[in-house]
Amino acid sequence: MSTSALQAARLILARDLRLALRKRGQFVQPLAFFAIVTTLFPLSISPDLARLREIASGVLWVAALLASLLALEFLFRDDAHDGTLEQYALSGQSLTWLVFAKTTAHWLLTGVPLALMAPLAGMSLGVPYAALPGIIVPIALGTLVLSLIGAIGAALTLGVRRSGVLLTLLTLPLAVPVLIFGAQATDLAIRGASFAAPLYLLSAMAVLGVTLAPLAASAAVRISLE
Amino acid sequence: MAWTWFHRLGSPPHVYALAARLTPWFAWPAAALILAGLYGGLVLAPPDYQQGDDFRIIYVHAPSAWMSLMVYVTMAVAAAVGLIWRMKVAHAAAASCAAIGASFTIAALATGSLWGRKMWGTYWEWDPRLVSELILLFLFLGYMALRSAIDDLQRADRASALLAVVGVVNVPIIHYSVLWWNSLHQAPSVMKLGKPDMPAAMLAPLLIMLVGFTFLFVYLLLVRLRGEILRRERTASWIREALAE
Repeated sequence: MSTSALQAARLILARDLRLALRKRGQFVQPLAFFAIVTTLFPLSISPDLARLREIASGVLWVAALLASLLALEFLFRDDAHDGTLEQYALSGQSLTWLVFAKTTAHWLLTGVPLALMAPLAGMSLGVPYAALPGIIVPIALGTLVLSLIGAIGAALTLGVRRSGVLLTLLTLPLAVPVLIFGAQATDLAIRGASFAAPLYLLSAMAVLGVTLAPLAASAAVRISLE
Repeated sequence: MAWTWFHRLGSPPHVYALAARLTPWFAWPAAALILAGLYGGLVLAPPDYQQGDDFRIIYVHAPSAWMSLMVYVTMAVAAAVGLIWRMKVAHAAAASCAAIGASFTIAALATGSLWGRKMWGTYWEWDPRLVSELILLFLFLGYMALRSAIDDLQRADRASALLAVVGVVNVPIIHYSVLWWNSLHQAPSVMKLGKPDMPAAMLAPLLIMLVGFTFLFVYLLLVRLRGEILRRERTASWIREALAE
């Protein structure tokens, strides 16, 4: 009996999550990075909470963006290294679904923890409790889009030595809309206003990303494996 | 039968010769149009009632900005053709576009910044259209960086082509998100439907410059494409014959 694309995707999702549980250290790194970066701002600007509250959404979003970029390197690297990715490409299953499963696993392992940790950093920057949903929800959605866009860049730079800076250069310009609307949503929440409008736009980008990005990322994987 | 012209575009010697034949047909009109446009814009056009003579930088700024976007789209189309039909020449054309596009983008940014100095009092204002121009520059730089990071030519071609296609899907999204983010720039006054806000004496040189810049781009593309083909085919035997002519 052959496995359907959805079943295969589910198996890969479970495999990636299980592997991550055994190599926990790797996925703590982006979180520690996020915590350190958000600590640098009060140290470099001022301990005054009123001032920090003004820039909190920008600090949180730039730190989240950089942390999820940092984590992109884990997305394909190990699987490309030991040949697993090649086996996926040769398996006869739809590579798009498999890449989508890997990206989803990556988001669950990096984006969701970031979104859950961001409120802590937010409170240290003087964000009121009532605004915390305005941090968690947009960052969870935004990191999903970043994982999807980043998957394309990560796949394109697979065979490249020292790909870190290059990956940043490829991905950051494409991430600008996410940053704009995400930071706007968080900023509106901090000011006590409704952040629905930028959240809808962020959701629209997530839908577009889920639809198109896995196609481009799987094409990029094939190009890199050629 | 009707498609032979398209198939022949896949052959480097044919395109090399074709580009050489076409070059003067774009070089001279480009020079003539740009000179005419500059004369019209710098001498004949009346000064603006608010900005005086300062507005004249538009005759370089606006065509550069238009071209930067047009070159990106051309590059993405060439890249897509290369990806879909695996045409080597299309990849060579996309590769030749990148540096030209980046130069137009830098020209648009530099002239925009100079204009901003007169109008807003600062060299850099976080104006959405300047910012989306800057991000376009980053897209060009990313494309060139990816291309130069991959040693294998075929892989570099295909990887950067995919990046260009992904980028062109994102360009409108980036543009509008930046536009909604902050707006200071004067509203578009040329591409408005109906009557443009500019008097004809101001508008005509601008349109002449635009056409001139388009010819300039095609001319530069042809020259760079020939260089790119020479570089890629340097071991092929037809090159010796072509260069001996």
